[in-house]
Amino acid sequence: MSTKAMSQQLNNYPRRGTGNTIMKIYQNFFKTLRLKETSIAVITISTVLFFYSLQPVFLSSTNVNTLLSITPELGIPALGITLLMIAGEFDLSIGSVFGFTPLLAAELMSTGIEAELAIILALLSSSLIGLIHGFITVKSGIPSFITTLGGMLIWRGAALLITGGQPRYFRIQERIANLMTGPLFPFINAQLFWFISIMTLLWVVLERTRFGNHIYATGGNRDVARYMGVNTDYVKIFCFILSSLLAGFGGIIQSIRLGVALPNQGDGLEFDAIAAVVIGGTSLRGGSGTIFGTVIGEFLGRIIENGLVIIRAPSYYFRLYIGVVVIVAVILNFYIARRVKEGERP
Amino acid sequence: MSMGDGPLVRMVNIHKWFGKIYALRGVDFYVNRAEVVGLVGDNGAGKSTLIKILSGVYPPDIGEIFFEGRRVSFKSPRDAIELGIETLYQDIAVVPQMDIARNFFLGREITKQLGPVKLLNLKKMVQESLKSLEAIGLRIADPRMPVENLSGGQRQGVALARAMYFKRKLLILDEPTNNLSVKESMKVLEFVSRLKEEGISSIFVTHNIHHVYSIADRVVVLSHGRKVGDYLKNDTSVDEIIRMVVSS
Repeated sequence: MSTKAMSQQLNNYPRRGTGNTIMKIYQNFFKTLRLKETSIAVITISTVLFFYSLQPVFLSSTNVNTLLSITPELGIPALGITLLMIAGEFDLSIGSVFGFTPLLAAELMSTGIEAELAIILALLSSSLIGLIHGFITVKSGIPSFITTLGGMLIWRGAALLITGGQPRYFRIQERIANLMTGPLFPFINAQLFWFISIMTLLWVVLERTRFGNHIYATGGNRDVARYMGVNTDYVKIFCFILSSLLAGFGGIIQSIRLGVALPNQGDGLEFDAIAAVVIGGTSLRGGSGTIFGTVIGEFLGRIIENGLVIIRAPSYYFRLYIGVVVIVAVILNFYIARRVKEGERP
Repeated sequence: MSMGDGPLVRMVNIHKWFGKIYALRGVDFYVNRAEVVGLVGDNGAGKSTLIKILSGVYPPDIGEIFFEGRRVSFKSPRDAIELGIETLYQDIAVVPQMDIARNFFLGREITKQLGPVKLLNLKKMVQESLKSLEAIGLRIADPRMPVENLSGGQRQGVALARAMYFKRKLLILDEPTNNLSVKESMKVLEFVSRLKEEGISSIFVTHNIHHVYSIADRVVVLSHGRKVGDYLKNDTSVDEIIRMVVSS
């Protein structure tokens, strides 16, 4: 619901006295702050202005285009784990699946299988990987941190084993390549289109369907969810599958864009993605978070990475800055959430 | 009502062992329609075992349960819920991070068809939950506010209003006023009496004899797995109940 609609509802409620308008402004202020994305959006805009003030090239059309074509392939996996983390689970294996999936597709293509079919089979495999992680986690009751830490090592190991550590060419017909990474409109390439489509779809699922309600409930309080008839195991397994599938999809897009599948592709991606999700306001303990928060968090990560290059700072600063941003953003979210609670308490 | 005027629920000769512990030793227990029954007793008296059997958490080793005159057996809490018996445990009634409307309809969300997909009808969920909350006497400005921003008593109110909306017949309230302030407790007691007006029966499990006395029609006292007292409120006093609980 929009802030406007919320405040309208508030106005219908008879709570009146002097200082009416001030009270309203005060409440609306907290309503806006309550949107978890607010603080991170402010940080992101400030960061953009910071880089722009140091080096105007940062907002040149070439550079904006670069940002918009790199962000989707790394952002799509982050969208996937957002749902999983809201459901209260982790996936450390997405970086490895991001590397393994395109290699598997390349391997299949080298046996003469059509590119489309090879990609579809590889994506099915990455879904199966998610199913395995989810099934083991749910049925054994061990933390998903452990299951997917194992998965992270296993699938990276498998990628190295298949290739003997050598890169594989990822050359496919232009028709299919354009479908995944081709230019559509100025500033809008196919991967951005995919990113926005998946973002929209997941937003609808999360915020406007019964299943989304069950995801929030599963992560928020599994016992309540179960008692109210939600099949929490099914919810979690589905989210594991989604996380793995989207990691694989991001990997495929990157390989098509680069024309190569690297065995160490996506190394460390899980941490960047989790950072983006957490920066975007999703709770590590599950139960709350938003898709848009992740999108902004992901863009912030890429903006910092790219901006540092543009201002010619050593790229080693990247991890350092992201680390600082993670801590600052989470403290800010935490602080705002507490203030909002106090401001709202009836 | 399908089965005329017998009790809503009747538990007959209930026995339960946990290993060597003989937790319930032949308890008979019933609740009439639109009746509030206080279930009291010291720790280990068997209160929570009895209500867990009634809410389908585990079966009795010996004994029978009749609901609306029909013999029933529960394999899981879902079976009890299907019949209209809902248990509100203190901590597991609502999901704190979710808003009121979403909590209210959790597992039974209202949807609308939009082409090939079913989407949540949030507007209706908000309206309906707001209406039910008001019916129970709980005024909330914004049902899209997370439940964690509510006080303990208000959270109980949300769970109770939900039970009313979904036409529950029997509510089992497990220590509903624990950890609540005096004012908040009064509010919860008020909610329960509203439910009674709506024809919903409640079992009120508590340590607090004063709370239960103020609201119950009848008080049942358990001690060491046996029923040692079953009084209409008008035939007894707070002091007498306390004596029963302490002495036995």
